[in-house]
This record gives sequence, C-alpha cells and structure tokens, in this order.
Amino acid sequence: MSENASADEIIICQDVCKWFGDFQALKNCTLRVQAQEVVVIIGPSGSGKSTFIRCINRLEEHQAGDIIVDGIPLTRDVRNIEQIRSETGMVFQQFNLFPHLTVLENITLAPIQVRKMKKDEAMDTAMGLLNRVGIPEQADKYPGQLSGGQQQRVAIARSLAMSPKIMLFDEPTSALDPEMIKEVLDVMQELAETGMTMLVVTHEMGFAREVADRIVFMDGGEIMEVGTPEHFFTNAQHERTKLFLSQIL
Amino acid sequence: MTTAAGTPTDRSVLPVTERYTLLGWLRRNLFSDLFNSLLTIVAVASIFIVARLILRWAFNTAEWGVIPANFNLIMRGQYPAIEAWRLWLVIYLLGTTVGLVWRLIVGQFNTTARILVAIPLVLMLIPFFSMGTRLYLMITAVASFAGYFIAGYLPIQHRGRAASYFVMAYLVVMLILLRGAGADDGPMPPVQPILWGGLLLSLLLAFFGITLSFPLGVLLALGRQSKLPAIRVMSVIYIEFIRGVPLISLLFMGQIMLQLFLPDGFPLVDRVLRALVAITLFSAAYTAENVRGGLQSIPRGQYEAAQAVGLSTYQSTIHIILPQALRAVIPVLVGQFISLFKDTTLVALVGIFDLLGIARTIIANPDWLGTQQEVFAVIAVLFWIFSYTMSFASRRLERRLGVGQR
Repeated sequence: MSENASADEIIICQDVCKWFGDFQALKNCTLRVQAQEVVVIIGPSGSGKSTFIRCINRLEEHQAGDIIVDGIPLTRDVRNIEQIRSETGMVFQQFNLFPHLTVLENITLAPIQVRKMKKDEAMDTAMGLLNRVGIPEQADKYPGQLSGGQQQRVAIARSLAMSPKIMLFDEPTSALDPEMIKEVLDVMQELAETGMTMLVVTHEMGFAREVADRIVFMDGGEIMEVGTPEHFFTNAQHERTKLFLSQIL
Repeated sequence: MTTAAGTPTDRSVLPVTERYTLLGWLRRNLFSDLFNSLLTIVAVASIFIVARLILRWAFNTAEWGVIPANFNLIMRGQYPAIEAWRLWLVIYLLGTTVGLVWRLIVGQFNTTARILVAIPLVLMLIPFFSMGTRLYLMITAVASFAGYFIAGYLPIQHRGRAASYFVMAYLVVMLILLRGAGADDGPMPPVQPILWGGLLLSLLLAFFGITLSFPLGVLLALGRQSKLPAIRVMSVIYIEFIRGVPLISLLFMGQIMLQLFLPDGFPLVDRVLRALVAITLFSAAYTAENVRGGLQSIPRGQYEAAQAVGLSTYQSTIHIILPQALRAVIPVLVGQFISLFKDTTLVALVGIFDLLGIARTIIANPDWLGTQQEVFAVIAVLFWIFSYTMSFASRRLERRLGVGQR
C-alpha cells in the first residue's frame, strides 16, 4: 500500500468501509490528498461526508480498507491513533469548546498537556493565534460569553495550537447565524492560503468554488465524483451530482 | 402598548417591585382575596400558638442546667480533660489554616471572612463559659487573623497548590495531636479513638467520611463507565451491593466481621476506625451514582473535542470531563454529604459515643433524669448549625463557579 504512495500524499484512504449496525455508511471510499491541498466534500445529508472525515482521526472506526495519514497507518494501535490525532486538527459543527475553561485555557490546554509546552510559551502562541483569527480581546472570556462565529474561530485557534499538518472541518458554519458565516469562512480561506492541508465538509458552495483545489461529491456512502471546482460547476458528469447541484445552486 | 407594561420612554415610574408601600405589599401578598386572607390568618395563628408553646417551654419549663453541667461531654466525649489543650491547639491551628487558605484562594477579607472570624467572638458571649474558655476563643480569632496576615507575606507562586499543602499538613498535625504519641506519662500520651466523642467525633466522622468516600466514589463512577468489562462489572457489583444494604447493617458488619477479613495477627482495628470504614464504603457507592449522573450530562462533543486535540483518556477525564461533571452535581453531592453527617449518629447504636451517643448517656445519668427534651433540643440545634453551614457554603460555591450559568 504505502510503497506506491507518492511522497507528498499526506492522506491516503483506500477502499474504506464502515457500518453502523446493518447500515453501511461508507462504501469503498478511496481518496488521496496531497500536502497543502484543500479538498471540499459535498453531498446530501446522510451521504457519509462527516463519517468519512471522522474516520480520518478515528472519532469513528472504519471496519475495512486502509487509512494512512502522513505515513502513519491508522490501526487499533493507540500510539498510532494518538500520533495521528496530534497531527490532525478538527473543527466541529457545534464548536465543542470546553465551557469551564477560558478562551485562552481552551487553546493552551492541549499544547501544555500533550506537547509538554511551557505555560508562558503556550500563552504566547495562543495569543498569536487569537490575533490571527481576529479576536485577541476575548482571551479571558468563557465560551458561553461569545457569539457562535467567535466560538468557531476560537475552535479553529484551538486546533491550530497543536500545529497540525492537516485540518479537518466538519460543517464548520452549519450551526452559525448567516451574518457570522463569513467571518469563519474568511479565517478558513486565510488558512488555506498559508498552505494548510484541509479537508472540509460544507454546504458553502461559494467557499468550495473559490478555495477548493478539488471537490468530492458523496452520495449514499460512496464517493461519486472528484474534480476541480471548474469541472464541478460547469461540467459535472454524474447524474446525481447534477441533481444535487441543481437543488442547492 | 400601555403604560403599565412599561414603555421604554416612561422612566419616571419605578419598577413594579418598588412601587408598593408596606400596606400595598401586605394587601398584594397576604390579603389579595378572601381565601388568601383566611390562609394568612390561619397561618399566623398557628405560628403564634406553636411559637408561644416553644418559647414558654424554653424559658419557663426547661431545665437548661443539664447543658453547662455536661458541656464538655457534649463537645468532646470522654477525651481526658487534662489533654483538652490539644483540642484547643487543634482549633487554633484550624483557624490559622482557614486564614492562610482564605488569603491564598479567596484573596480578600470579605463579608464571609468577617462572619468566620466573628464566630469564636460571638461564642464568647455564651453565658456559662468560663473566662478560660473565652480566652481560648479569643486566641482562635487571633490565630485566624494571623494566618490571613502571614499568608500575605509568604513568597508563594502556585497559590492553589500551596493551599492544598497547608490543608494536608494541618490534617496530619491534627490527627497526631488528637491521637497523641509516646509513653502514657509523656508530654502527649496517646488517647484511644474510642474515648473521642461528642461533637468532636461527629465532625471527625463526617469530615473523614466525606473526604475519603469522595475520591473512592469518583473512581467507582468512572469505573462504571469504563470500557474494560472487569472494572465495569466490579464497580457495578460494589455499587449495587452497598446501595442494597442499610448503613446500620454495614456498621454492625464493620464491628463484628471486619476482623475476620483481615490477615491473622493483624492488630485489632479500633472500633471508631471500623465505623469510619463502614461509613466511607457506604457513602462512596452513593457518591458514585451521583457523579455518574454528572458524567452522563457531558455531551459527546466534549469527549470528541478532547480526543481531537490529542488528549489521552486520562488527560481528558482530569481536565475536561470531571471538572464539568462534578460542577454539575455539587448540589446533589452536598445534599448527600449533609445526610452522611446526620447518618453518623447511627454509630451510637454500635456503642460509639458520638453526639447522639453522648446525649443518650447524659439522659441515662440519674442526676439528669427527665432532661431528654433539653438535651435533644441542643443536639438538634448543633446538627442544624453544621448542616445549614454546609448547605450555605455549597450555594456560595455554586455561585462562584457559575453553576447553571455557563
């Protein structure tokens, strides 16, 4: 498997299958992501998009096929799982900030505990990241005191604090009020421009068209079509892709 | 929109609550219609009758002489009078430790701190106290001031950690002072725990019952959620067994059977210690179930976020899950601790002289026949004071931690 992987393929998924009970959520999903690539995954709800990216950092366990992240095969081995998780950031639909910690503590917790970083150093890094996502003045507040858009930007900063090589976004704007979506997408676009490898599940077609290097269309647990945004929005091949695009555009 | 609903421009009208006079308030809250007026009259009449009965008993009938005469017994049981200075030292050090910790954790001399310092000073007013006792109470207040004062000058970086070291050091010193050491004619002869009694013993049993059962209960709650079947099954069996057995039977088992489970030649475990073991094991099972409730209230997203940033199971339990779970169950846990405090009276039935046990010996004393009412009234008030203090402290703690707010 790994011998035919090219050097800069940072995520390799080969024939990944997953079942929830009798229901097959993923059917032989195969996808190779280059380093620094931005891949947007679209598809109707229930199509397995979220399940697919949650398999990549083992929030869900896949039952067949191979996943290799940055050369590390994702197996039952806890050390491999922890290594992959510390190289992979994830942003959730519901933010999932830690409500009992301040914004700054949310961001510094993992660097201090997992990377054994000095507290001062972690705080400096965290303030840098908060500047980057545009809310340094919220550092000492609790998540409950922030708007949804601000919380999601904190969540992005929290993931970046572990200096991940890959960022996974699971519908990062779906729980936000319309006027807050842009502030989060702007942060994501800025992140993409710095060369971060990103896998984004989203319904934001504008973002997909503008930022994605490739778009993946999933339906019924299968990857139906992969291509550049241009290809997708002008020349989609698959009937179901066309149907989906016609419904949402 | 009408004026009564309060349009934003109409600022001359006071808020609804402040617009009423006393008469208006009375009419609105107590005499708003015929039925409520009747209820008010009946309620006031009953309160008056009951209060008059109680006050008449308290001031005319009751023989309060039994309390000063047995005061030392109520406070410390059979603890030798000649060693009482050790108890006072324990109290002074308690004051100092509270002062130190207060400065380190709370940081300011606020209302609650003033109330705490006032307690020994108010106790000085109790009429039958000797001048010596009053002096010792005064020293207690001074000692707590001193602790607060000294803490301001200590070069301490990690305040929380320093505070917990002070508390632990205090507990060790306290136990050494209480228990004593060395020869029987030495400066601090041993006092067997079976001689500790009264309020002293009730508080010690409750305090150590709570502090020992709490970590055990948390571990059991986590064990019950464990992915490892052996740990989960053992936790479930333990919890369900203990919860199916009354505390009194555990206390009897502790007295009679504990020695059977220990290896041959194991020194005889003190009877008070046996009772403490039973109370701790009993309380741990209930703590576990309460904490489990808190654990179940943590959304799955919290576990996932902790995993996604790379925290290990242990790290996410310590830093993410437990802080939130415990915060959510503070009210339930304090309720449980209050009932544990009151449940310690059951040790009176296995021949240990806690507050209730002492009360029973006093009323059995031929000199004080017929004074049950007075003795039990005082015992009840003592229990109420400490239970209410716990409940009050827990409400303050909840407010400080913002339970139910974020």
